[in-house]
Amino acid sequence: MLPTPAPQVASIARHDPALTSRWATVLLIAVLLWPLVVLTEFNPSVLFDARSLRSTGRFVASFLPPRSDAEFVWLLLHETWRTVAIATAGLTLAGLIAVPLALGASARLSISALARPMAAWPFALRSVLRATMVLLRSVPEVVWALLFVRVVGLGPTAGVIAIGITYGGMLGKVYAEILEASDPAPTQALLRNGSGRLQALLYGALPQCAAELVSYTVYRWECAIRASVVLGFVGAGGLGQMLDSSAKMFSGGEVSAILLVFIALVAASDRISAVLRRAMA
Amino acid sequence: MNTPKPLTPPPARHAARWMGLGIGVLVVLSFATLELRWSEFLSAGAVRDMGRFAASFFPPETSSAFLKRTLDATLETLAMSLLGTLLAALGGIALALPASARGHENARPAAAARLLRLLTRGALNVLRSVPELVWASLLLIAAGLGPLPGTLALALHTTGVLGRLFAESIENAPSEPAFALRVRGIGAVRVFLFATLPQIWPQVIAYTLYRWENNIRAAAVLGVVGAGGLGQMLYYHLGLFQTHESCTVLAAMVALVALVDALSFATRRWLSR
Repeated sequence: MLPTPAPQVASIARHDPALTSRWATVLLIAVLLWPLVVLTEFNPSVLFDARSLRSTGRFVASFLPPRSDAEFVWLLLHETWRTVAIATAGLTLAGLIAVPLALGASARLSISALARPMAAWPFALRSVLRATMVLLRSVPEVVWALLFVRVVGLGPTAGVIAIGITYGGMLGKVYAEILEASDPAPTQALLRNGSGRLQALLYGALPQCAAELVSYTVYRWECAIRASVVLGFVGAGGLGQMLDSSAKMFSGGEVSAILLVFIALVAASDRISAVLRRAMA
Repeated sequence: MNTPKPLTPPPARHAARWMGLGIGVLVVLSFATLELRWSEFLSAGAVRDMGRFAASFFPPETSSAFLKRTLDATLETLAMSLLGTLLAALGGIALALPASARGHENARPAAAARLLRLLTRGALNVLRSVPELVWASLLLIAAGLGPLPGTLALALHTTGVLGRLFAESIENAPSEPAFALRVRGIGAVRVFLFATLPQIWPQVIAYTLYRWENNIRAAAVLGVVGAGGLGQMLYYHLGLFQTHESCTVLAAMVALVALVDALSFATRRWLSR
């Protein structure tokens, strides 16, 4: 009769062979984390001292009930529409910026790259266009808005331009990448047989990636709605500006009403974008 | 003589036409209802003003005292983004567990578990749909000015995003290893640590790195509501029209974002070797 291995199995199961190294890793992370805690003055006990608790409590208690008189609701609806409109107009502007940049930057439409490595001048031009897109999108939209508020004054113009510039850079980059990820055969066949670049794009590359391009644009529209709320905080109008002024006046009922509308708006744009993208796929 | 029925367009094209029409109406209405001041923006005078405004940023301020302050703010921004993302990763895992439909593959979950799942999913949605900047402006009341509300704001919003992504990862991971441990009577914590976590670990790392890249951008601008870091410096100096100082801060912001992108890219490469 064979001896039963059961007790041994049990002892293996109880012991984690990598236990020491796991604890060492946790300890190392904790040590590395300490400077971060110091730098961010991270001291959550501030939240719980009596004075701040009292003012927070008063503010949160005033959230209920959300303000719902007709005048305020009307204003709220108006600002909600402005938020959506800023996002939509901004994204339209972004498209106008992105399409030429992407068509110029995409190597798929290069004639000189058909037979040999791309010639020097087209390569330089494409690099310049790519660098432009990096520059446009590496400055956050809030910063663009802050700058443009100084130039065009408070109001939606600054918000539309800020979204247009940042999202123009993002859309341009992604459009160029989507075009370059398409199957090269149709485009190249057209270009080799003497069609122009625009024809090669319309009949070779675009039919393959139209759905993907549209679905990415719709996703960005959803992001732009969130961004346009944030832009309100620097004076670009819409729900953000309303929320900022209500929070500064500690009027909790207004804040909670705006937050509710805002959460509903984000959820709705989320849903619309998901439905549209599913329809495209 | 019977005429052939006219061809109807395929349903997909039909839908696309309605969609195109809807988008067109939305765009036209947006431009029509916003009081956009293009004339002011594009007139010769405005272009000249803008040129003068842009030129006034150069040269950037480079006195060593100011560079030191910018460096401090840069480090503060970096620390805010790192700590906020880490807290969010922990919070995300903690909320993803009750929010995922795990451990009930065969039986219908108990009413309490379903209620908990609904509640945590709702909480994640609310956390996620309020942007960092809005969280920061609300937290200022509880936490005062400085990097603390900024860090917490990043952590709250990112918890919502990561929690949802982690919950999806947990649901998509194969359930057999967890089941094998559970039938041997091993407790929930150890089942999670030794069966579920190792499976979702690569995704946890990838999503967390991706959010870190997003959060460094967010951390850089959180300061405009007074939540510390480079944004607060930019807001202050731009407000006083000290454009040379603003230029230095802007350069630091762009450099920091580029650095984090490169670091995150390198980490991802290193992890996926």
